[in-house]
Amino acid sequence: MTLATYVRKRVLVSIPVLLGVTALTFSLLHLTPGDPVDAVLGFQEVDPDVRESLKAEYNLDRPVWEQYLFWLRDALVLEFGRSPITGRDVGATIADRLPYTLVLGGAAWLCSLLIGIPAGVVAAVKRGEPADEVSRIAALAGIATPNFWLGLVLLFVFSVRLGWFRVIPPDAPLLSPATLRFLILPTITLGTASAALVARLLRSSMLRELNASYVRTARAKGLPERTVICKHVLRNSLIAVVTVAGLQLTLLVDGAVVVEQVFSWPGMGRLLVGAIGQRDLPTVQATVLVVAVSVVLANLLVDIAYAVLDPRIRDER
Amino acid sequence: MALLEVEDLVVQFYTEDGVVRAVDGISYEIERGEHLALVGESGAGKTVTSLALLGLIEDPGEIVGGEIRFRGRNILECSDSELRSLRGNEIAMVFQDPETALNPVYSVGEQIAEAIRAHRDVTDEQARRRTVELLERVGVSDAEHRYADYPHEFSGGQQQRIVIAMALSCEPDLLICDEPTTALDVTVEAQILELLEELVEEFETAIQFVSHDLGVVAERCDRVLVVYAGQVVERASVDDLYYDPKHPYTVGLMASIPRLGADRDRLPTIPGAAPDLIDPPTGCRFHPRCPYAESCCATREPSLVDAETGTTATPLEAAPTAHLAACHEYTGALEDGLDYDVVVSGEDEGRGESE
Amino acid sequence: MTRETRDRSTTDRGRIRIEGFDEAVAADRDDDAVDRWADGRTNDAETPSRGRFEDAWRRFRSNRTAVLGLAIIAALSVVAIFARPIAFSTAEYTITIQPFSLAPYDPAEMYVGPPNAGPSAAHPFGTDWAGRDLFSRVLVGGRFSLSIGVVAVALALVVGIPLGAIAGYFGGWIDELVMRVVDILYAFPFLVLAIAVVAVVGRGYWNIVAALALTGWIGYARLLRGEILSVKEREYVTAARVLGTPDRTIIARHVVPNAVAPVVVQATLNVGTVVLTAAALGFLGLGLEPSTAEWGSMLANSRDSIAAGHWHRTAFPGLAIFLFVMAINLVGDGINDALDPQGETAERRRR
Repeated sequence: MTLATYVRKRVLVSIPVLLGVTALTFSLLHLTPGDPVDAVLGFQEVDPDVRESLKAEYNLDRPVWEQYLFWLRDALVLEFGRSPITGRDVGATIADRLPYTLVLGGAAWLCSLLIGIPAGVVAAVKRGEPADEVSRIAALAGIATPNFWLGLVLLFVFSVRLGWFRVIPPDAPLLSPATLRFLILPTITLGTASAALVARLLRSSMLRELNASYVRTARAKGLPERTVICKHVLRNSLIAVVTVAGLQLTLLVDGAVVVEQVFSWPGMGRLLVGAIGQRDLPTVQATVLVVAVSVVLANLLVDIAYAVLDPRIRDER
Repeated sequence: MALLEVEDLVVQFYTEDGVVRAVDGISYEIERGEHLALVGESGAGKTVTSLALLGLIEDPGEIVGGEIRFRGRNILECSDSELRSLRGNEIAMVFQDPETALNPVYSVGEQIAEAIRAHRDVTDEQARRRTVELLERVGVSDAEHRYADYPHEFSGGQQQRIVIAMALSCEPDLLICDEPTTALDVTVEAQILELLEELVEEFETAIQFVSHDLGVVAERCDRVLVVYAGQVVERASVDDLYYDPKHPYTVGLMASIPRLGADRDRLPTIPGAAPDLIDPPTGCRFHPRCPYAESCCATREPSLVDAETGTTATPLEAAPTAHLAACHEYTGALEDGLDYDVVVSGEDEGRGESE
Repeated sequence: MTRETRDRSTTDRGRIRIEGFDEAVAADRDDDAVDRWADGRTNDAETPSRGRFEDAWRRFRSNRTAVLGLAIIAALSVVAIFARPIAFSTAEYTITIQPFSLAPYDPAEMYVGPPNAGPSAAHPFGTDWAGRDLFSRVLVGGRFSLSIGVVAVALALVVGIPLGAIAGYFGGWIDELVMRVVDILYAFPFLVLAIAVVAVVGRGYWNIVAALALTGWIGYARLLRGEILSVKEREYVTAARVLGTPDRTIIARHVVPNAVAPVVVQATLNVGTVVLTAAALGFLGLGLEPSTAEWGSMLANSRDSIAAGHWHRTAFPGLAIFLFVMAINLVGDGINDALDPQGETAERRRR
């Protein structure tokens, strides 16, 4: 099978998943106890006439499956209606907030690879030596540290006590030096657990690959040890890291929800938590949908990357 | 001077259950262009001996004694870079399972070309051309196109051809074949063995052929070394070994080769299992499984002796053609002797031994 | 050496056959030495061949950090149980199950000390804004955090194991259905899905447990399904099927017991993740009632207390979470190393 055929097949498989994800997100509104109109209204008292007209406006007087199709049609063009709380267009709010989360998540992801890959390689190659032990304990600690707590500690030490960073984000554009400087602590906070995950995974997959016979073949060819590790072993081990990139992404999203709260970072996570606090269901729905669809698309990309790295995958199934 | 001389090689593995002496004082030599077979059950130390020649014994294993002299130079004293220039260049290896021996994520062409680039001062294009030639030579059709294919796109037999091409890419003087056909179908096995034979003839390569199959060895080797529990128990030219096996273990191995049309109800086997190398049997290591064992076998360790004269002979000092065996029979210590016949049908000539 | 010898084929040699060897084996000469040695051998064999789990346990015990982790978990559990007396009371009488009290104060009692006081001899961890003793609250808080972790994971197993077993064993449309549901739920990050569930059902202990179990089962179902797909191909299952054993019996007796071990290991490790997620919910104000002495909830609003310089209100509950999750990870690491000393088992994340 060529790569193109594989990609086409994989895209087709994602379609039912996307439909399921949208259906589930849509049903949030109906699962919430009470009349869905109340949810759309933000649970305010209104005149019964207004109520009925709103019901019609939001198609809430139609059968559920029709409501779903209407909602889906609107969602496809990023039309999520207005927030009953702020009165702002939900789509526009998301468009404002999404870049913040993307920048934070991207920076944390890079940071996790830059730390995690070298740490994992060193730990595997120096197996059982002090370097391995240190890296192992550090990785376990990184995974065990609650990220909100790490954020709070960093905030207290570097912002409150030492005053190196601001406590809240500066009133400046996202990509301005001041904002990027502020981003340092959130990036470290969010990247830590991810880096630990990468390091541990890479270590264990490298140890496994180091035992493989093709490594012996490569050595028997007379290749330098460096080539054996960096060319033959690492490429195979990175495949395992790529397969968890999807998992890593969900970890980053979860982390961002919390870290944005700690650092008052105006991203999607803060939007979601705020919306739940205010019972602003249309915003909750839209945020969850954007997150879930991004995860599905990211997993699609991961699988394609996997097939590029490991030629055997293309021929499976 | 022989091409390769292994003297008193001892390799240990440190396991949780204790120290395993996988190779315990093995000595032998290989002449230029000679084909030597190492025969024995799995776990006898054949593969470990082969890996030791390339300096590829890894943790938790260690070469604790002996010398390996290749063209007179002790490999065990070589630096890492000297070892590297030896591997794949002067001594190359064909592995047991070609599927796992090839790296799944690189094209086969790249994996061969890489070996050439490591040892020869060539451009990428030259390495590529040489690789295509090699692939053609080992019988991969449409080599130019298949250069970029990945290992999983080839059959097992094709994969082994590729591994052979890789091993011969730098025209080594010594080729170690570690059970090269064990993982393959019987029909493919014959083709691969034939190819190997052709190629080593053409390249004038010496071969160390590791196998558990006496039948395969018989057709392609000059001399045979029978290994049991990390030690050499018999060494002979292939004819001497087949017509006149001296060690009971060799006899047992030969008796258990299945034959079509044999008028027997069941296949004889050697009773028991290969010994535990952490705590090997005292005396002769084969005695618990040996039908001819007597009391002295359990207490005294037999040394390798010339089976004709009974004089002690180390493999390196004795004449290369001398028939050596490690059994008390040949120093006259056994009371009842060994009781078996070698029957060659067609000639109907029994060559009974020491009745 | 002689090239010619090699070129002689076996047919030239005639067919070689050994006679006498097997007869000798059969006759098994009555040799004292052999018998004596064989006896020694039998005695050796009687020293039991150590099983896989005994082996693993021995390796686990020799792993110092793993044993330390186990000790920390045990200590935290004991502290949580004995922090305050446990009693059930009805209108007429009260049954005290556990009378001990390690915590010096009632965790819910306000103004046992000055508000927001730093650590002191009387209040080793200081006090919170309402003057409640943080040391007592951290000790008692283990009850919520640990029990949420254990109960949520147990519930997730109760859902995930049957679904994974059925999907893996029967395959076909059932498998498709279960796995599509798993795929869909996988699109929602763990915490985001838990937040969404809390948004629908509201806060509270059992709601949190339900939210965490709902997000947790998918992992076990998927893992067990994969294990079962490989176990199912083994001969004893085929044999049972050929003998006409009912599917239910095969699944319960042969398949699940052989496939469930990695799921249980994974579940043990997940207790740590679940505790972290529960704490995160608490931190976001979406966990238990804000005044509850739960580790995560104690950290809610701690951003403001940090800005005000009350570091102790954040430090100690956070350390407690860290200590517990770290201990779980150490144990999990130890289990992995013990079961798989060479690191051979592939990560089972491939789809």
